[in-house]
Amino acid sequence: MYNTEVTQASNFVEGVDFAFLLILGISFFFLIALTAAMVFFIIKYNAKKHPKPKEIHGSNTLEIVWTVIPFLLTLLMFYYGWIGWSPMTKPPKDSMEVTVYGRMWNFLFEYENGRKSDTLFLPKGQPVKLNLVALDVLHSLYIPAFRVKQDMVPGKEDNFMWFEPQKEGTYEIFCAEYCGLQHSYMYSWAKVLEDSTFQSWYQDTTQVVAAIESPTAAGKRIMQNIGCFACHTLDGSKLVGPSFKGIYGTTRTVKTGREKREIVADDAYIINSIYDPASDVVDGYSKGLMLSYEGQLSDEDIGLIIEYLKTVK
Amino acid sequence: MQTTNANEEVNYLEYKGKYSGIWGWIFSTDHKRIGLLYLYSIAIMFVVGAFLGLAMKLELIAPGKTIMNAATYNATFTVHGVIMIFMIVIPGLPAVFGNFLMPIMIGAKDVAFPKLNLLSWWLYVAGVLLILTALLFGPGVPDTGWTFYAPYSFKTGTNLLPAIFGAFVLGFSSILTGLNFLVTIHRLRAPGMKWLKLPLFVWTLYGTAWIQLLATPVVGITLVLVSLERVFGIGVFDPVLGGDPVLYQHLFWIYSHPAVYIMILPAMGAISEIIPTFAQKGIFGYKALIISTMAIAFVGYLVWGHHMYTAGMSGTAQYYFSLLTFFVAIPSAIKVFNWISTMYKGSIKLDTPFYWAASFIFVFMIGGLTGLVLGALATNIYVHDTAFVVAHFHFIVFGGVGFSFFGAIHYWYPKIFGKMYDKYWANVGWIVFFIGFMTLYTPMFYLGMQGMPRRYYDYLEEFHGGNILSTFGSWIMITGLVIIITNLIRSARKGEKAGINPWGGKTLEWRVPSPPPLENWDEIPVIGEEESKYF
Repeated sequence: MYNTEVTQASNFVEGVDFAFLLILGISFFFLIALTAAMVFFIIKYNAKKHPKPKEIHGSNTLEIVWTVIPFLLTLLMFYYGWIGWSPMTKPPKDSMEVTVYGRMWNFLFEYENGRKSDTLFLPKGQPVKLNLVALDVLHSLYIPAFRVKQDMVPGKEDNFMWFEPQKEGTYEIFCAEYCGLQHSYMYSWAKVLEDSTFQSWYQDTTQVVAAIESPTAAGKRIMQNIGCFACHTLDGSKLVGPSFKGIYGTTRTVKTGREKREIVADDAYIINSIYDPASDVVDGYSKGLMLSYEGQLSDEDIGLIIEYLKTVK
Repeated sequence: MQTTNANEEVNYLEYKGKYSGIWGWIFSTDHKRIGLLYLYSIAIMFVVGAFLGLAMKLELIAPGKTIMNAATYNATFTVHGVIMIFMIVIPGLPAVFGNFLMPIMIGAKDVAFPKLNLLSWWLYVAGVLLILTALLFGPGVPDTGWTFYAPYSFKTGTNLLPAIFGAFVLGFSSILTGLNFLVTIHRLRAPGMKWLKLPLFVWTLYGTAWIQLLATPVVGITLVLVSLERVFGIGVFDPVLGGDPVLYQHLFWIYSHPAVYIMILPAMGAISEIIPTFAQKGIFGYKALIISTMAIAFVGYLVWGHHMYTAGMSGTAQYYFSLLTFFVAIPSAIKVFNWISTMYKGSIKLDTPFYWAASFIFVFMIGGLTGLVLGALATNIYVHDTAFVVAHFHFIVFGGVGFSFFGAIHYWYPKIFGKMYDKYWANVGWIVFFIGFMTLYTPMFYLGMQGMPRRYYDYLEEFHGGNILSTFGSWIMITGLVIIITNLIRSARKGEKAGINPWGGKTLEWRVPSPPPLENWDEIPVIGEEESKYF
């Protein structure tokens, strides 16, 4: 279904892979040579064959040789590591900017024209700068096929990464920094498209049209984008948060502060649960895991979400 | 020099003092008994930690849920890490073999402050109990990973505070041991035991002691700040309160990177004792090994940033840390060259401790060389926080420290217990363990290069193959471990009596009876001018 090879799909691949091969080459040479020397000595100078040891206390020449040669090799490896990394810090001025929101436990990509997506659509051959925003704890955006990774640090300004996708295909995006319960499910996909295909996706307004025609489908799409289903299922099973199955209109037992009370899941309840999730916590679930979505979801968005939730039976 | 001990003197195991039974042990200020107290407590914790590791590997044998849910898995790797790092590898060799052997090796009757030494062990036990409390009581097992990274460590609802306080107390245990060893090595060397006659194991303990003394307080301060932040919300690390999560990482690694050298230096020291004994000749490059020890201890302070290349440090900091990381590799390489050269023209006796030492060199080289991949900037960005890193540090911390620990226990066992273990089963245990170790950890390099992040409860299908192999390796390794431990326990009762010097070792501990008498020496030995230039 997806292209899952660790392919070489960005402008950084060459620099990173060269440094990797150089270091691995030097490493294998020393590992094999030194292991061979050790095994050879163990066999040749075995006490049975070589009963009289010869005292050799050291050799300054050798010490200098095996200090200077590794020193020069480390400089070489450092240099190529630096050369491969250095361009990662300098995004071109004509980069397309995408803001990435990371939260427990999904990524949301927001484009310059306001288009939001849970999948990172990219035009081939166009430098892309990702501005990284973490909304709760540390995350790390990692695209192995592009050889890039950058931590998303809450509160850190001007935190970015950039790359130029060079090969069409679908590549994995992982969260590489441990971020709690569902860390291993915090992944998405980068889809690199021909520029024309990308533009038609980017300029696509049918999403807006669809919202008018089918509020439930639009509501589901919003919830997928913002990542509700990382913690809430549709089938009744329990994750970090309660399931959405048959939620609308039912009576729920919640804890308000320390008080337990019954509440009907109506529009007001759903709006409040999205904007102020800590105020009424469903009995049996932990407070504080869900943060407010105020500023990320508009009242219209929530209206569409409610329309969708009504259909989840 | 003459051995001045009367052989009929009561040894430290049988000695009866003011207290008897178990009290005679936990109130004993004898450095040898304290060394064994550490050995037993560490061994118990190691069995727990190894069991948790085995459970994690079993969970990862297939994608999706195998034996536990995600919450349990996250708690398991956290507790595995905390136990293995803070309770086993950091105290490991210095507390067990350093305590037992260092005073004898320098010709002293005990450490400089025997009561403080006992206090160190009590603090160790107190720290362990505090952390176990965190596991058994309260709202949930800590699930932050052993690094306690902010701000997640403030958000999790689990029982973190007792665990942090426990780690804090363990830190004091480590500081006091370091202080004690420094004073002992400076003040209690036997007449004629000049600095450049000290055994290399003692030299590595000396370098380690400085790190314990100078670096451990930083983690103590950090853990206090985390506690204050959790209780009072002072806002040093939490971005919501205007703090900086990256500051936490700096403070954490300023200690925890040198801590890796606390672990590995004495391991290197033990190898530097074993190889010359079994090659039946002096060590090659005695002074080079001392200089490299001190260079590692010093430069090791200055490389912590290589854990943080992706955290968003300034560009200058990035290449500064990368360059220094490469420099710290050089003294380690020098050590390997000197160890292998010691075998040249030796007369090598193939006994269990030598097998462990030779395989130590092999796994340590793999661990060190893959460290170069992680030290370089471009490649680090690619494999940081993946299974590659997990493989690398298990090769260093478990391969390096673990192999050295097993080598050391098989080397000094006859001295400590006065009995010889069954050599056949010891060798079988070694080869099974070695094969299991390689099968367990080598595939993780490959998984990391494929892009599998670490601390993953579940994974995509493409990572399945490597994980199956790795889990399979964990079963082999555990089998080896069971053979080794069973053999050692059984031999303490049933083993043949060992003589004073079963291996032909040159250092001073091989001149006292096995097991040594209470105060080691009736009369402090005097080291002659010409004697034992290359211990």
